[in-house]
Amino acid sequence: MDHLPTLVSEARDAIQASQDVATLEELRVRYLGKKGEVTALLKGLGKLSAEERPAAGERINQAKQTLASEIDAKRQQLESAALNARLAAERIDVTLPGRNQASGGLHPVTRTLERIESLFTRIGYDVAVGPEIEDDYHNFEALNIPAHHPARGMADTFYFDATRLLRTHTSPVQVRTMKESEPPIRIVCPGRVYRSDSDLTHTPMFHQVEGLLVDEGVSFADLKGTIEDFLQAFFERDDLSVRFRPSYFPFTEPSAEVDIQCVMCSGSGCRVCSHSGWLEVMGCGMVHPEVFRHSGIDTERYTGFAFGMGAERLAMLRYGVNDLRLFFENDLRFLRQFA
Amino acid sequence: MKFSEQWLREWVSPQLDTQAIADQITMAGLEVDAVEAVAAAFSGVVVAEVLTKEKHPDADKLNVCTVNDGTGEPVQVVCGAANVDIGQKIPFAQVGGVLPGDFKIKKAKLRGVESRGMICSASELGLEEDTSPGILVLADSAPVGVDFREYMHLNDMTIEVDLTPNRGDCLSVKGLAREVGVLNRLAVTPPVIEPVAPVIDDTFAISVEAPEQCPRYIGRVIRGINVKVETPLWMVERLRRSGIRSIDPVVDVTNYVMLELGQPMHAFDRDNLNGRIIVRMAKEGDRLTLLDGQDVALRPETLMIADDTGPLAMAGVMGGENSGVNETTQTIFLESAFFTPLAIAGQARSYGLHTDASHRFERGVDPELAKAAVERATRLLIEICGGQPGPVTECVSEADVPASRTILLREARLESALSKKLATDDVTDILTRLGLEVSLQAEGWSAVAPSWRFDVAIEEDLIEEIARIHGYNNLPVRRPAARLALRSADEATLTQAQLRHQMVARGFQEAITYSFVAPELQAALLPDAVSPVLANPISADLSVMRASLFPGLVRAMEHNLNRQQNRVRLFETGLVFNGELDQLSQVPMMGALVCGTRETEGWTGSKERIDFYDLKGDLESLLALGGNPDAWRFEPAEHSALHPGQSAEILCNGEHAGWIGTLHPQVRAKLGLKVDAVLFEVRLDTLSQGQIPAFEALSRYPEVRRDLAFIVKSAVPVQALLDCAKEKAGDYLKDIKLFDVYAGKGVADDHKSIALGLTWQHPSRTLNDEEINQLVDSIVTQVRVQLEAELRG
Repeated sequence: MDHLPTLVSEARDAIQASQDVATLEELRVRYLGKKGEVTALLKGLGKLSAEERPAAGERINQAKQTLASEIDAKRQQLESAALNARLAAERIDVTLPGRNQASGGLHPVTRTLERIESLFTRIGYDVAVGPEIEDDYHNFEALNIPAHHPARGMADTFYFDATRLLRTHTSPVQVRTMKESEPPIRIVCPGRVYRSDSDLTHTPMFHQVEGLLVDEGVSFADLKGTIEDFLQAFFERDDLSVRFRPSYFPFTEPSAEVDIQCVMCSGSGCRVCSHSGWLEVMGCGMVHPEVFRHSGIDTERYTGFAFGMGAERLAMLRYGVNDLRLFFENDLRFLRQFA
Repeated sequence: MKFSEQWLREWVSPQLDTQAIADQITMAGLEVDAVEAVAAAFSGVVVAEVLTKEKHPDADKLNVCTVNDGTGEPVQVVCGAANVDIGQKIPFAQVGGVLPGDFKIKKAKLRGVESRGMICSASELGLEEDTSPGILVLADSAPVGVDFREYMHLNDMTIEVDLTPNRGDCLSVKGLAREVGVLNRLAVTPPVIEPVAPVIDDTFAISVEAPEQCPRYIGRVIRGINVKVETPLWMVERLRRSGIRSIDPVVDVTNYVMLELGQPMHAFDRDNLNGRIIVRMAKEGDRLTLLDGQDVALRPETLMIADDTGPLAMAGVMGGENSGVNETTQTIFLESAFFTPLAIAGQARSYGLHTDASHRFERGVDPELAKAAVERATRLLIEICGGQPGPVTECVSEADVPASRTILLREARLESALSKKLATDDVTDILTRLGLEVSLQAEGWSAVAPSWRFDVAIEEDLIEEIARIHGYNNLPVRRPAARLALRSADEATLTQAQLRHQMVARGFQEAITYSFVAPELQAALLPDAVSPVLANPISADLSVMRASLFPGLVRAMEHNLNRQQNRVRLFETGLVFNGELDQLSQVPMMGALVCGTRETEGWTGSKERIDFYDLKGDLESLLALGGNPDAWRFEPAEHSALHPGQSAEILCNGEHAGWIGTLHPQVRAKLGLKVDAVLFEVRLDTLSQGQIPAFEALSRYPEVRRDLAFIVKSAVPVQALLDCAKEKAGDYLKDIKLFDVYAGKGVADDHKSIALGLTWQHPSRTLNDEEINQLVDSIVTQVRVQLEAELRG
């Protein structure tokens, strides 16, 4: 009993000197375990008198608690040091690039087509597609362009034989849709089209999106509203000026070319707009009754509008691409810019 | 169509400047392409008269002249032109004047003789593009001392309009003036055209054998023409400002009338005509040497002008070399006809021609114009060349002349089409000024279309005219109304966009290649492919439709490899074309190509090159999108473009869906490619077939897993082993994993070890060892029997 202070003092020194959790555990067993030295003192209390017992018991318990809490504190200290050491050892360079990080990208034309489709499908248009090798009827006749019509000279056509050709616009899809369905019709027709023209500003293949809306009471004002909304949404410019110029397409009447204020110079005149401040971006018009007649649609009951635009042209204006031919070279250095 | 602003203003002259007129007609649908000054800037040039001319004492080719430039004293000037002569009126650049190109006229000495000014040629004044050798000689009546620009009306602009094919009526000053008149609500003043009374009786017989194609043919003989006179400068200038060169006075007059009124005309040398003029379709064997010198065999659908001995001209397109006016011509036969647009359309182009006449006839020349045009031309001709006109001979088939069209324009229809109510008077006024005969009806307007407007036939044509003249931008704007009808959406079908985005997520760049490819390239990859061939390709390299996406992808790879882009991952979607035209299939496909290293170059160090399994993994990620990967199988099979040991046919529900494989080494060598590439292409319709997820209850009972390793001959495909295992694994097999394939030490030559991990689970009870053992035994037996495979010890 008398050696309690010495015992405590020895134990504390040992605890403080311990270097790892295992040693600490050994010390706990040695002093506080079932057969430990402090536990043994408690067991010896029975030998004391009833008067001495409470005071002695309290002293021993106090010593036991002191040691237990010192062991805990030391354990925490050792564990935290060990963790810190491990963390330090495991330090990595987080600025190194991650593995397999390369993702690809859509072609800018597809990106543009998807964007246009989404603008229209969000307000209830469907997407319609069709064959690219077409016949004379769907590409011309049904669109009010009979043989020898001067308008055939407007689009230089690739032919396979007397009647089969590569479609010069996606309008045949409109014809097919009108034949197969009843108004109201709201579609956009994206796709490849072909014209035998190849120079700085023409490629023999390019992409169009055409749109068609047929319903009761559709007027030229609806066409103007749709086109204005579309162009302002596409270029994300609420104040974009849009103007409609009378033009001629055999399949629409009235027909219009649509100009927007130049998006490069905001209308002040630059090389892109030939210093006119305006850019021609699409064609449109009210569907010609002859086209409705070919498609079996009642021209007294229904009216409609159609529009068409070149995806490459819009992509060039949107992304600032200055050479049309880049779209079909598939140079990775070009394609990666649109990821 | 190019025209001079001054010429237009003689007909109608709105209070607008040039640019405003150009903008106005552009916004009316006559798109102005260019506005240019008719002459370059110059100053200090006056009309002068040559008073004296003497040889230069020291230069054979130079003359020393004096001219009267209206300043009083004769001015001495040295002139090098051969055609200078006493008495001529000439443009004279005075000292201090500035010619085009900022060329300043100064006092000078030429070989010792003082020269104070310069007698100018047309090209020196910027009036002609080529350099004509002589000085420009003006009319004798030119007033001395008057500023040359003023005298020549050079302060004028040329306006060029790009007309749409429906507006043939605007291919003349008359037509353009009409438009400008309507737009500004101004009256138009045409020149007075009075018939020229015949002074001789000469006529030439006309026989129209093709009245349907030529409803009207007018001819007139003019005798005693002097074709050697020069066309007056004012006419040469007007022609020039419209982009037409002066040829000789007869041709110039016919061109002038064409520009002024819109009627193409032709003049024959009367003395070269035999018998009569016959308007007929070409016959077998007809040949004609055209004015441009080319000799053509005429096809039966071509309308001809002939005489009793044979073809003279291609009607409405071009005259013949031998019947036209030449320098010895004395008597002409003037033709002014109406050929129908259908008779002429396509004819010129089919012979590789395009002329001012064919351009107009194809689009429609006013059938009522021929008479006035012949009178106008006669008047101009006798003024310039002299001569005595005979009577006008007209051959007309009234039944074939386009009938006038009466069109009803309903007020209600007009209002609903434009969403705007227009004042009745305005509508009447617009239509009347456009040349329609309008009468008011209960429903709206009844209007008779003018003979020159081939494009006005139905109500919508009138609505367009009203909208156009009113101004599209003055019409209202609104948004279409529609019922908000929900439509069903096909959940099982994957969109092309979903598939494309998956490829992008796997590190692919999307390519878009031409749908037509070089035949050699396609043949190298697909020697047996049959696909349509273009009759008129833009080049031989782009002449055959692609039967596969492989050619385009290989070309794109090559393009990139040639530009140090060595790691290529490309995909494309689009149609491929297979079969002859009559059994053509146009099938949407997705294709991909990879070459180079598996990973991008980086610190993680892997420089391994891609192989078949890399691309197969990418493809399987696409297949997994549909949620039904078990529908797909890869069967070893050979394809002309692919390595026979590294290619598979892709099957979807047992049907052919595509190919995957490594590019055949021989094909690679033939195409000169230095690296391996792996490609696939799969039908998009099969890739799009997904399924709607169907929930299966989660089992609360434990899974049982057994791993089995088999030794099989190397040639045995893993798929066969998997198929055997699945067949015998019972209903409760949850999953089968292939976790190791090994050949080498410890495995006999020509054999491989395949390790499978099978997992079973029962939905409603715990599976016991015994039943699993039985299943494993039957798998092992099946594999032994079918594939001679042994369980690895």
